[in-house]
Amino acid sequence: MIEVKRTPAPGAARGTWRTFRETVRGLLTTFGRFTEHPVTVQYPEEKTPVYPRFRGRHKLHRFEDTGLEKCVGCSLCAAACPADCIRVVAAENTPSNRVSAGERYAAVYEINLSRCIFCGYCEVACPFDAITMGHDYELSDYDRSDLIFTKEMLLAEPLERTPLRNEGE
Amino acid sequence: MTTIAIVGYYEAWWVQILKAIVIFAVGLQLVPVVLIAERKLLGRFQSRYGPNRVGPYGALQPLADILKLLTKEQFRPTSSIGFLFAFAPLISILTAVAAFAIIPFGNVQHIFGERVGLYGVDVSVGPLYLFAFGAIAFYGIMIGGWSSGSKYSFLGAMRGAAQLISYEVSQGLALVGVIFTAQTLSLTGIVTAQKGMWYIVPQFFGFLIFLTASFAETNRAPFDLTEADAELVGGYNTEYGGGRFASYYFAEYLNVLVVSGIVTTVFLGGWLMPFGIHPPGWVDPFVVLFKMSLFTFLFIWVRATLPRLRYDQLMSFGWKVLLPLATLNALVTAVLVVVTH
Repeated sequence: MIEVKRTPAPGAARGTWRTFRETVRGLLTTFGRFTEHPVTVQYPEEKTPVYPRFRGRHKLHRFEDTGLEKCVGCSLCAAACPADCIRVVAAENTPSNRVSAGERYAAVYEINLSRCIFCGYCEVACPFDAITMGHDYELSDYDRSDLIFTKEMLLAEPLERTPLRNEGE
Repeated sequence: MTTIAIVGYYEAWWVQILKAIVIFAVGLQLVPVVLIAERKLLGRFQSRYGPNRVGPYGALQPLADILKLLTKEQFRPTSSIGFLFAFAPLISILTAVAAFAIIPFGNVQHIFGERVGLYGVDVSVGPLYLFAFGAIAFYGIMIGGWSSGSKYSFLGAMRGAAQLISYEVSQGLALVGVIFTAQTLSLTGIVTAQKGMWYIVPQFFGFLIFLTASFAETNRAPFDLTEADAELVGGYNTEYGGGRFASYYFAEYLNVLVVSGIVTTVFLGGWLMPFGIHPPGWVDPFVVLFKMSLFTFLFIWVRATLPRLRYDQLMSFGWKVLLPLATLNALVTAVLVVVTH
């Protein structure tokens, strides 16, 4: 709570003294900042750490033991997406070509990250925890079409470029 | 022919040329140092780093800045007056450099078997010389702003003119106290008169008044009404770019150095060290430079702290507060000098 101090009406001697005193107080305040270490984060070299629940770029997951994709191509994420940025085209698994653990798999899985609002509803909607929000926030590119991430890109082990903030930090 | 001013000490002509070159070489190199110091310190005052990309710790930033400005195209608005537009920054920089000449960096030394005074020139009318060039410097701002043919430049120049005239009075009166006490107008004389005690102690109010007026004289925050980026775009130098802007910029920082030097000389005992320490003569310039850097730091510190005054506040402060105080200071000093002598 900031206490608002009403200054008295400017007077000759008292007003001058008050101005002088406040000037000195201001000088001491800025000198206090001078003695502290700067708060600037030198961005490209050091990155702002994110919290564990930070919603960054999506990741698709595989089962660790079998290596099969968790996504079964149900399109619930696409239905939940308020920005309509997910496109899923499902296909049947065959014994010779088994991609996912379920009956079907996502033949095409695209997220248009230039549209995504990072709300995390896809993560909530997914019944198999196949899609989660990652920590990567460096998502600029020279071309809009480069921001449409395909299934391979989302499945790939992401370069962990973002430092994680510890609990309570 | 009547004598206008007596110059304290003449050297041989070649010594004069040599020391002029040395003083300018050193003095003008100080400006980029002040530039980078200001930006780095302002950063620190605002809890950030300041420039740190060009060179180690951003040390080459002023070089990059100056190089950028000097390689830019020289252009002027069609409504401007060409000759005056080009001439005005010249006045600013010339007066700043000329004022730098009277700052004494040390007493008379023996170099190469010659007696050399470590200053540009020691005139018997030191403060008058300073105010004369200060008054001409205002033409640099005035002509520059007026000949630009732009309303912002014009307003900035008008403000600058009013401000410089108002504060020069208080600045002069603040020095009058010191001149009474020292009984001399020569700046080296004023320094040697401070052997016993620096004038910051007996003339403390004079010191404060002079310092405050100096902030206005150099158009620095909180009196940077001539620039007032928020309302006047850039003030008198709005229409300037490239080398001409660089010379205005250069003059501003040189003025800061000059004022720091004058305050050092007049109130802080110039090259004298405290507690009666008498170092060898070659230390003197470094003592002066050190004291100057303290004041330059203060200038930057104040810029980081105080907001800009409103125009009417500036005027009422100058005429209603500073001028009466300066007059009172001069008056009391005069009475005390008469009583004690």
